[in-house]
Amino acid sequence: MSILVNKDSKIVVQGFTGNEGTFHATQMIEYGTNVVGGVTPGKGGSLHLDRPVFNTVQEAVKGTGANVSIIFVPPAFAADAIMEAADAGIKVIVCITEGIPTKDMVMVKAYLSDKDCTLIGPNCPGIITPGEAKIGIMPGFIFKKGHIGVVSKSGTLTYEAVDQLTKLGLGQSTAIGIGGDPIIGTTTKEAVEMFMNDPDTHGIVMIGEIGGGMEAEAARWIKEHGTKPVVGFIAGQTAPPGRRMGHAGAIVGGKDDTAAAKMAIMAECGIHVVDSPAEIGQKMFDVLNG
Amino acid sequence: MNIHEYQAKEILKTFGVAVQNGFVAETAEEAKAAAERVKTEYDSSWCVVKAQIHAGGRGKGKVMGSEQRGVQVAKNPEQAAEIASNLLGGTLVTIQTGPIGKLVSKVLVAQDVFYPGPNEPKEYYMSVLLDRTTKQNVIIYTTEGGMDIEEVAEHSPEKIHKEWINPAVGLQGFQARKIAFNLGLEGTAFKEMVKFVSALYKAYDATDSAMFEINPVLKTSDDKIIAVDAKVSLDDNALFRHKDFAALRDLSEEDPTEVEAGNYNLNYVKLDGNVGCMVNGAGLAMATMDIIKLSGGEPANFLDVGGTANAETVEAGFRIIMSDPNVKAILINIFGGIVRCDRVANGVVEAYRKIGDIQIPIIVRLQGTNAEEAKKIIDESGLQVFSAIALKEAAELVEKVLKG
Repeated sequence: MSILVNKDSKIVVQGFTGNEGTFHATQMIEYGTNVVGGVTPGKGGSLHLDRPVFNTVQEAVKGTGANVSIIFVPPAFAADAIMEAADAGIKVIVCITEGIPTKDMVMVKAYLSDKDCTLIGPNCPGIITPGEAKIGIMPGFIFKKGHIGVVSKSGTLTYEAVDQLTKLGLGQSTAIGIGGDPIIGTTTKEAVEMFMNDPDTHGIVMIGEIGGGMEAEAARWIKEHGTKPVVGFIAGQTAPPGRRMGHAGAIVGGKDDTAAAKMAIMAECGIHVVDSPAEIGQKMFDVLNG
Repeated sequence: MNIHEYQAKEILKTFGVAVQNGFVAETAEEAKAAAERVKTEYDSSWCVVKAQIHAGGRGKGKVMGSEQRGVQVAKNPEQAAEIASNLLGGTLVTIQTGPIGKLVSKVLVAQDVFYPGPNEPKEYYMSVLLDRTTKQNVIIYTTEGGMDIEEVAEHSPEKIHKEWINPAVGLQGFQARKIAFNLGLEGTAFKEMVKFVSALYKAYDATDSAMFEINPVLKTSDDKIIAVDAKVSLDDNALFRHKDFAALRDLSEEDPTEVEAGNYNLNYVKLDGNVGCMVNGAGLAMATMDIIKLSGGEPANFLDVGGTANAETVEAGFRIIMSDPNVKAILINIFGGIVRCDRVANGVVEAYRKIGDIQIPIIVRLQGTNAEEAKKIIDESGLQVFSAIALKEAAELVEKVLKG
């Protein structure tokens, strides 16, 4: 078991023939992901990486039965690509693109509100169910099949946490990078809820950062409904207020979205909070074996 | 991207938002001429000279080494020139600039809007921004204008109103009317406020802005509604749609090292600690800063080198970090996924040799693809570089190095 994606997922790559799309689709295929085709408007009918290219997502769905999409299109066209995937009936849309205007994402969220689909990202590393499907840009070899669910706003920090887990023998059910933008599809709380409902997930690692209120929302939900141990870390304890730290959404706006405030709420809600990112894996190990 | 008040007002005017008018000046002579124009074109014999910096609190702030406030009233063009000469070239320190202040290189000479008339003037506060929770834009407003909004929020939160905008249809007429009613307006002022709010939201939406803050919005003694100040922040991600906005960027408002880092596509934020860091990925970069703090140091910067940590970017990163004299050690933390650690290690060695005169200890932590080979490359390079693989080891090395 896992959440959102598994070995039966059929993946279509939007922006398939571009540099990024080609490179990462190749890596995904090498990992064993079931990439069934791609979309590049105007190149429909051709083959790329031995897979069919379609002009529209609708044609790709019709031609391959794709139910998951991964988006590698430039920021100016990414919102359009997300809406196209939703319109074509794709169930899980993973948007890797960084730098999408906030206004476009406000429109996307409104558009998706009555669609039966899950958006992951944008500005994220994607999602992986180890040994089954890698739908993203993460290095596959650090992951190991197992029972820890990982949800994180960051890319390399997710790899860091996963690497620590794997080296302690703790594999992952699914790891999901939800993205560092102010407006994203799947929230921390939604990912945590899915992991709580997944019988194969025994523990959850939740990695957040400064800015916004998603970690607090997830923490309160965990306090009410949590059934599994959660280890948490918030990046940016030393970030100054009002400065954007790389991610568009990583900015301390008030007293509630500092790392200290988030860590305090998480601890109050029963989450095992670590101060140091070097302790994430060990903490989970101790909690599960304590 | 933040812009100056005078630039923000120009943008607002093009969307029909009424503003306190004025002219920008870079010298005392220009300020005098501007005051004369304000007099003839806007029938305002007094004028207000306002320092143009990217920070609030100018009215209460003072020019370093003097009692000159950042916003002052002039009763005639000569006085405007005198005030301008006191402000220009000075460093204005406000509650938002911190003790180092900001250099004033432009002033806005604006019309006096508190002129006598049939009614009492009244100040309001209005901002437009993204509400991350609802994923919609929101207009925040209160009758408590001209004050610090954070203070109002703390002491009288009931006075703060919010109006969320449905992205599918935009701001509706009933919402603009609700805002005007909630501000207690009637008659001409009510109609003017409805117009003001509608035009303001249109401007926010059309310019892809990240934030508008109009404080104060003024009801003049003759019931006009105008923006007396304007703080506008544009969405960096949307600048590609507004090529003309590039000209609004004022590099002198930014830290020169941050500007230089930007030229190398490095995401750098200068801080005031003693341990520099260079990391791939924003989340890991923040986490690395936290590690430095936990190891007894203070982070000197945030630096995300992105997905391509090669010799060139590492060299640029080294130079940028070392241009800060407070830096006593540098921690390089790279999690190699798709980028291979041995390549990064070679890049570090190459950059180190190229720079040549590195006097401070460097700690390199490379984890991920080919981490062992990378450690070997660093260890055998003969350079004064400490290497680590686990994050914990890196933290211990930072501690050790700081203790000398």
